[in-house]
Amino acid sequence: MPDSTERGPLAAPVMTAERVERGALTGAAAKVSARDISVYYGAKQALFDVSIDIPDRAVTAFIGPSGCGKTTFLRCINRMNDTIESARVSGSIEIEGKNIYARGVDPVVLRTRVGMVFQKPNPFPKSIYENVAYGPRIHGMAKSKAAFDDIVEKSLRRAGLWEEVKDRLHQSGTGLSGGQQQRLVIARTIAVDPDIILMDEPCSALDPIATDKIEQLIDELRQTYCIIIVTHSMAQAARVSQKTAFFHLGNLVETGPTEEIFTRPRDTRTQDYITGRFG
Amino acid sequence: MADHVVKAFSEELDGLANELARMGGLAERAVAESFAAIVRRDTALANAVVERDAEIDATHREVERRAIRLMALRHPVAADLRQVLAAWRMSGDLERIGDLAKNIAKRSLVINQSAPIPITRGIERMGKIASSHLKQVLDAWSNRDVRAAVGVWFQDEDVDAHYNSLFRELLTYMMEDPRTIGPCAHLLFVAKNIERIGDHCTNIAEMVHYLVTGEEIATERPRADSTPTEMDE
Ligand SMILES: Nc1ncnc2c1ncn2[C@@H]1O[C@H](COP(=O)(O)OP(=O)(O)OP(=O)(O)O)[C@@H](O)[C@H]1O
Ligand SMILES: [Mg+2]
Repeated sequence: MPDSTERGPLAAPVMTAERVERGALTGAAAKVSARDISVYYGAKQALFDVSIDIPDRAVTAFIGPSGCGKTTFLRCINRMNDTIESARVSGSIEIEGKNIYARGVDPVVLRTRVGMVFQKPNPFPKSIYENVAYGPRIHGMAKSKAAFDDIVEKSLRRAGLWEEVKDRLHQSGTGLSGGQQQRLVIARTIAVDPDIILMDEPCSALDPIATDKIEQLIDELRQTYCIIIVTHSMAQAARVSQKTAFFHLGNLVETGPTEEIFTRPRDTRTQDYITGRFG
Repeated sequence: MADHVVKAFSEELDGLANELARMGGLAERAVAESFAAIVRRDTALANAVVERDAEIDATHREVERRAIRLMALRHPVAADLRQVLAAWRMSGDLERIGDLAKNIAKRSLVINQSAPIPITRGIERMGKIASSHLKQVLDAWSNRDVRAAVGVWFQDEDVDAHYNSLFRELLTYMMEDPRTIGPCAHLLFVAKNIERIGDHCTNIAEMVHYLVTGEEIATERPRADSTPTEMDE
């Protein structure tokens, strides 16, 4: 049998990310609109003119080989790159039509609207209760003990952790299992009532069952939030996301409905990456 | 396309394709020989076709086994996924084609016991067309040639049209001479089987289109007159 050539006579021409983007997931207005985002670390350019629309109430997955700029782009969306001395960002990111890089935008306030969950679960070395109540407390989101109790319970319930921890709320968060810690971090993130949740490889330190629980949680949370997840697991991207964006060498190569990316990607680089052909 | 980083993955996909190619060869041979058995009134050949159907069935199971294994262990996506799905479904069509050829061969054994009927010429023509479609569509698959596959898909009308004219012709014979009713009825089923082989070829053509482009064939194929085609075994 001859080598299977993806580009047969009737195959679509190679699409640029921009052309693909325009055709994909039209309809609802984007929650996040990035235009021509470039990021430099000192003299080194890590991202090249990335433009993408990210829908609300849906999960968007960022995939791509190590070092392609997924984390860098994710950190643009809550201006975490501001904290890196050498980093310089150009282009614009709008959330609900407002440029988050405009003068006068407070990055701290921005980060309550755009929560972030990292690869390694990082609960504070405080009680489970305090982990969740911390954010609402510093942002003055509640006054009475009852109001805090309410936020803590609701957040833990939404994170699917309440039943497991309700009898030990005042024990340390670091005493939980890895999967529980990650759900605690998610509870902490949603306690401040964000619009957008960024997750950078949230399951890479977890076993399959704990991973299933996080994926189930992500699926529930997408009814309410705009979720962006970076993952190295193609299967996870396929399972949890509705939209997928493939990055390669600092470029956004292709975006589209997840089902299309995993059944008929248009760009050979996407094809090679998701089918495991990158040497 | 480049090889997978995990070489065994590429090897397993190649193995699947090789089994399917072998199965295609077996089906082509069964179809050609089943017509030859009718035209040449060759009982030995007919028996050989019936006998060899078991090999097609075994190959079908082997293709399925390999496809299931690939799905379970390698989680193919994109072009790889389409390749596995196409092979799986095509092997189903080839297995049916094998059964239809076996059925034709069995009927030839009965037909050969009666005096020759001139109509076998029409059957021969139909058989040649179906054989050629099968060959073309298998070539289209191995060359990943969408245009050739779409060509076969459109040509299926030829088979349908031949079937309809043969049906009418056979009816005339049966009315003229009731002694021919037995063999003519068998020839009718043979013609119907050939028409079905044509349908399986169009299924395979659709799979080739999907395999290469990721899309279904979009056009609606014009259907030939289907008045008498509702008869069944
Ligand atoms: N703080 C930094 N200082 C300098 N260069 C950096 C910094 N952070 C990232 N880079 C570089 O920017 C590029 C993109 O890195 P980034 O972490 O965004 O990739 P990634 O796609 O998230 O990779 P991974 O999948 O391994 O997490 C890499 O070449 C990386 O070395
Ligand atoms: Mg990263």
